[in-house]
Amino acid sequence: MKFMSTTGSRRLAPAYIAAATGLALALSACGGTTNTSSTAGGGAASSSSAAADPNAPIKEGLKVAFLPKQLNNSYFTVTDRGGKAAVGEYKGVFSEVGPSEASASSQVSYINTLTQQGSNVIATSANDPKAICSALDEARSAGAKVVTFDSDTDPSCRDLYINQATAEGIASTQIKLISDAIGPDGGDIAILSATANATNQNAWIELMKKELQKPEYAKLKLVATAYGDDNAQKSQQEVQALLQAHPTLKGIISPTTVGIAAAAQYLSGSEYKGKVQLTGLGFPSQLKEFLKNGTMKSFALWDVEKLGYLAAYAGAALASGQITGAEGQTFKAGTLGEFKVGPNATVLLGEPTVFTAANVDKYNF
Amino acid sequence: MTTLTLQRQPSTAWLGTLTRSREFSVFLALVILIAVTVAANPRFLSGQSIKDLLLNSSILVILAVGQAIVIVTKNVDLSVGSVLGLTAFATGKIFIALPDLPVIAMLVIGVAIGAVLGAINGALIAVAKVPALVVTLGTLYIFRGVDFAWAQGQQINPSDLPADFLALGAGTLLGFPYLALIALAVVMAFGLYLKNLRSGREFYAVGSDVQAARLYGIRVGRKVFSAFVISGALAGLGGVIYAAKYGNLDATAGQGLELNVVAAAVVGGVAIAGGVGTVYGAALGAILLTTITSALPVLGVSPFWQRAMIGVLILASIVLDRYLALRTERRLRGHDSHAG
Repeated sequence: MKFMSTTGSRRLAPAYIAAATGLALALSACGGTTNTSSTAGGGAASSSSAAADPNAPIKEGLKVAFLPKQLNNSYFTVTDRGGKAAVGEYKGVFSEVGPSEASASSQVSYINTLTQQGSNVIATSANDPKAICSALDEARSAGAKVVTFDSDTDPSCRDLYINQATAEGIASTQIKLISDAIGPDGGDIAILSATANATNQNAWIELMKKELQKPEYAKLKLVATAYGDDNAQKSQQEVQALLQAHPTLKGIISPTTVGIAAAAQYLSGSEYKGKVQLTGLGFPSQLKEFLKNGTMKSFALWDVEKLGYLAAYAGAALASGQITGAEGQTFKAGTLGEFKVGPNATVLLGEPTVFTAANVDKYNF
Repeated sequence: MTTLTLQRQPSTAWLGTLTRSREFSVFLALVILIAVTVAANPRFLSGQSIKDLLLNSSILVILAVGQAIVIVTKNVDLSVGSVLGLTAFATGKIFIALPDLPVIAMLVIGVAIGAVLGAINGALIAVAKVPALVVTLGTLYIFRGVDFAWAQGQQINPSDLPADFLALGAGTLLGFPYLALIALAVVMAFGLYLKNLRSGREFYAVGSDVQAARLYGIRVGRKVFSAFVISGALAGLGGVIYAAKYGNLDATAGQGLELNVVAAAVVGGVAIAGGVGTVYGAALGAILLTTITSALPVLGVSPFWQRAMIGVLILASIVLDRYLALRTERRLRGHDSHAG
């Protein structure tokens, strides 16, 4: 296969090499920029075996890096905004790095870079529970504290997991919302998820299935689970296929912000608007329109900004020796107050918020 | 030639030319796919479903037309996904700043932005004589990078966009979605241009034999440049349409789309070696690829296997095409060597 258009290719070889080098530079510059130019706090805490001292002050100049599943994903823009606010409050150095694609191993090189730069705290949401484990282990043996949020890794590869809401709470809220939207007669429902391998999505789907076995939901029947890969077009095509394959479908639950927005956009312009109910997890700013035009009745989400805020404080508490991640330890997370470490080194943010046409205008994310 | 054949045996010769064309084999694959899916689930051919198929494929069709013209000149444009993403985000930003802008003006602005980005590609390739694969791979990242830097993770919401603009994305005229009509207009316009106008034929000359084209007096560099401007302009149009269709936009719009676009053109019979293919074929290829993605879940293919199945179907459609081409060749050699 030749894509070169014109003659004289041999004479131009140096030009190709130069162009390729320039390209490589451009690519690497696009890829992994971190803004941590400050050297403050280089010698901050690392000894993980030391006992927790709840009264230890938060160290100044901690290098805190947020590594979301994917940059330019509006969900993580909001979590990282919360994280940045928290890091600013305790005078740390905030940076945000991440891949442009949410694939399993895409985060590894970023973790390695952060390790080399001597980050004190890495707050990350894992694209895959195992793929980044060995990179995180290396970061931890180099002294970094690893906090996961949104999507956990294997518990052995991180110090603390910030749970946005209990998976049970998320699952039961969504089942309740779809049940309320469809009404007492019930009917067939389906789930539109993100990728087939997403940790948190699959955990929620399992729990939703369990929740559906309760007697009050006896008339709801889950007939299919589709995967839109967090891509707008794919999500819409999956919704179309669900509606064709299951003519009796009464409702769709989409526990992913991309999926629910794409589904709402499709339903609102189709003959199914108002006839097929939609709920799930979404941003108020994206879905306000659809609450008001009758496509949806309600949906839920936790306070995304506070999730990042809490993750940043938890990382600082670990790096400053206030906690080690053992059950029962407590730390203070700025304006959110006191939090307690639960079993399996997890910290719970709270219960999900339900948004309806009545309250949606109050939220700004 | 064709006129001669037509005079001798009007109806069958016309049919023969049609069935021998590469476009026909793609069309046949599309018909088979739809027939199989409808057999499994008759609702695949309901009114809403046909509207969905047309809407889903319209963006890919528009981009595939531009890509076909570029590939015909023996180049490739990998930056179209990024051009679409950047234009889509620009559309949102412009509407936030100027909510009263008419929709038609926005379409023109989108085409203009895309044309400028395409001109950057074209200038680097035609003037600096760097291979298109390298240049557009570079601009794929650069345009997307500019998009990321501009967006900073911001999101454009449907409530930021005017209602009549969003109506463009889902609305219909006499039952046909606007987007499908725009796509059809693009296909027809460029189809006629490439077939009938001298400057359209010159793209094929450049792709078939650069030296001959140059000796003949065609300005090869200028021709390649204009192919990239067309591809960019159509990707820009696609970006505005993307914004109207999805409403929710961030800087990742259209990411990875370039490979679908190239696949659509290649499946549609546009030879990667240049000089062969039509925009009709590329458009059919785009519809085929979109229909595959829509049909697999309806057919109940496990989500874990869908991607692999898409690859298999792409290869299958190319094998079918190759088989039909070989059969035609044999038949031509066997008898009737002067026809066609």
